[in-house]
Amino acid sequence: MSTEALVRVRGLVKSFGSEESATTVLHCIDLDLFRGRLAALQGPSGSGKSTLLNILGTLMRPSAGELCMMGVDLTKADDAELTRFRNRNIGFVFQFHHLLPDLSAQENVMMPAASAAGRETAAMRARAAALLDAVGLSDRRLYRPAAMSGGQRQRVAVARALINEPALVLADEPTGNLDRESADNVMALLERINRDTGTSFLISTHDDRIAARCNRQIGLIDGKVVRDTEGAFSEK
Amino acid sequence: MRYATKIALRHFLSNPGQTALLISGVALGVTVFIFMSALIGGLATLLTQRTVGSIAHVTLEMRERSPGLIQPIEGAQLTVQKDLSRREQIAVWQPFVPLMEAMPGVTAVSPQIRGSAFLMRGQAIAPVGVIGVMPDRLSAIANISAAIVAGEDRLPSDGILIGKKLAEDLGLYVGQAIMVRSDRQRERSFRVSGIFSLGIASADRQAVYMNFTTARALFDLPSGISRFELKIAPVTDAPRQAEILERSTGLKVTAWTQDNAQLFEALAAQGRTGDIIKIFALLTIMIGIASAMLLSVMRRRSEIGIMRATGVSRLFILQVFVLEGTLIGAIGGMTGALLAWVALMPFPPIAQAPSGSLPIDVGQGGFVIAVLLTTLAAALASIIPARRAARVDPVEAIGQ
Repeated sequence: MSTEALVRVRGLVKSFGSEESATTVLHCIDLDLFRGRLAALQGPSGSGKSTLLNILGTLMRPSAGELCMMGVDLTKADDAELTRFRNRNIGFVFQFHHLLPDLSAQENVMMPAASAAGRETAAMRARAAALLDAVGLSDRRLYRPAAMSGGQRQRVAVARALINEPALVLADEPTGNLDRESADNVMALLERINRDTGTSFLISTHDDRIAARCNRQIGLIDGKVVRDTEGAFSEK
Repeated sequence: MRYATKIALRHFLSNPGQTALLISGVALGVTVFIFMSALIGGLATLLTQRTVGSIAHVTLEMRERSPGLIQPIEGAQLTVQKDLSRREQIAVWQPFVPLMEAMPGVTAVSPQIRGSAFLMRGQAIAPVGVIGVMPDRLSAIANISAAIVAGEDRLPSDGILIGKKLAEDLGLYVGQAIMVRSDRQRERSFRVSGIFSLGIASADRQAVYMNFTTARALFDLPSGISRFELKIAPVTDAPRQAEILERSTGLKVTAWTQDNAQLFEALAAQGRTGDIIKIFALLTIMIGIASAMLLSVMRRRSEIGIMRATGVSRLFILQVFVLEGTLIGAIGGMTGALLAWVALMPFPPIAQAPSGSLPIDVGQGGFVIAVLLTTLAAALASIIPARRAARVDPVEAIGQ
């Protein structure tokens, strides 16, 4: 495991609403995420898990605090810079697959890369095919999402998250909408990718079984980190 | 741009029923646009043709001479009167004919002897305007040969051609003898060679064509001519040609447009009405496309959200939706142009259109401009929905 912090969060605060009636969802979060780790983010509904993931994924700006990823201070970046950074370095897997219905599985996987390049290339097609093969869907390459099961769609979403070889994949309840068998398959897939490629994962989940399979558990209650099996600032 | 086009195309094809409905709406607007252009253009052509078909497009005459002034005598009343005994004429005219015939845009030149006269048959007398023309240039201005309804279009020295209404008024028929007395008090007997009907009441009742040489004697013009009449193509070029001729000949030159200002006002008003209808057709298309694109953005909100979440730029999203709208405009425009072409095909050319039918000129339908304008309008109409799409907050859109 690398000792370099992939993500460094200090004093992160997120509030919603006007100054007088602001609701603070995240309270002064300090957190380091390390390369190659498979971390679970646990907490009850409303604890701030999704908000934290959205901020880490640059989809949302913090109200205060510092967010650095790969040595880049993202709190000072403008929208276009954040979009480029997100495209190159962060992958997302959501509870609902959110695949584009008009594209095939392979085209969905290629989408983040092709949109950035402005076109699809043979190299992208080859990488998308390899990723679909890795998630066990090489025979569903040309299928549209509507012709696939929930588990298959989620595996396509995992492949899509990996197309640009991101350093970090943020997964928000990736198994929350799947039956037990599909959930186990998706989790096994994430574990394998983490092991084989060294991609870091932060997985938000309610499921203790899923969290137990990760090598770090972070507990969040009322917007505060209340448990971290690796310690908030420990040098690994 | 290539990948944005691909995504736009997929959006376009994703809901065939809705897309077909949208394209039908655009196509209908374009059909109306083209039909109105063809109708209004055709009407203008018809009116212009009817107006200028039998008249000279440019007329050259001698300038009227001002009466000479004499030094007024104190206590005396001075009256200046124009000398009506002298006929204005172009004395030296032959050299102008080949020069004018060689001018680009001049399609016919007719030197003419003009004068007023009375046609007398027994007790019946009718005032007429005599047009003395060279027999080989009889139909240079008004197509008299084509308008002959009785007799023939020849002009021997003792023959005249009269209008159908005049023939009816005086009870004349081909071969009959008739006396003509000019305003120079010269009389001569003629035979009616032919009767014409131009469809213009004034010409059919008052115009009389006779041989150029005979008219000289009748109107006391032994060597000069009264005027030149010219045909110009295109007719709208007549004012410019008139200016050139005026500068080069020094004669008084009149273009047909100067005597038909009301027609131009009517055509301009008609053109403006057509423009307003076309603008409304385009606005309808724009509103239709903008509404459909807004709905598309609403429907695809979560898709846009996920694209933004995966790092797709706002510009890319903007491009996709503008391209989608442009595609709808272009295909709708081409479909509309095709429909309009099919709808306009049964209409005959204006020259062959039966009286009372719609004067449609397919050539003035503006097919290409209609498709281009519709495509442009569609692209513009898509900008607001596309900007809205580009501003979608991914967190809100995907509900995470």
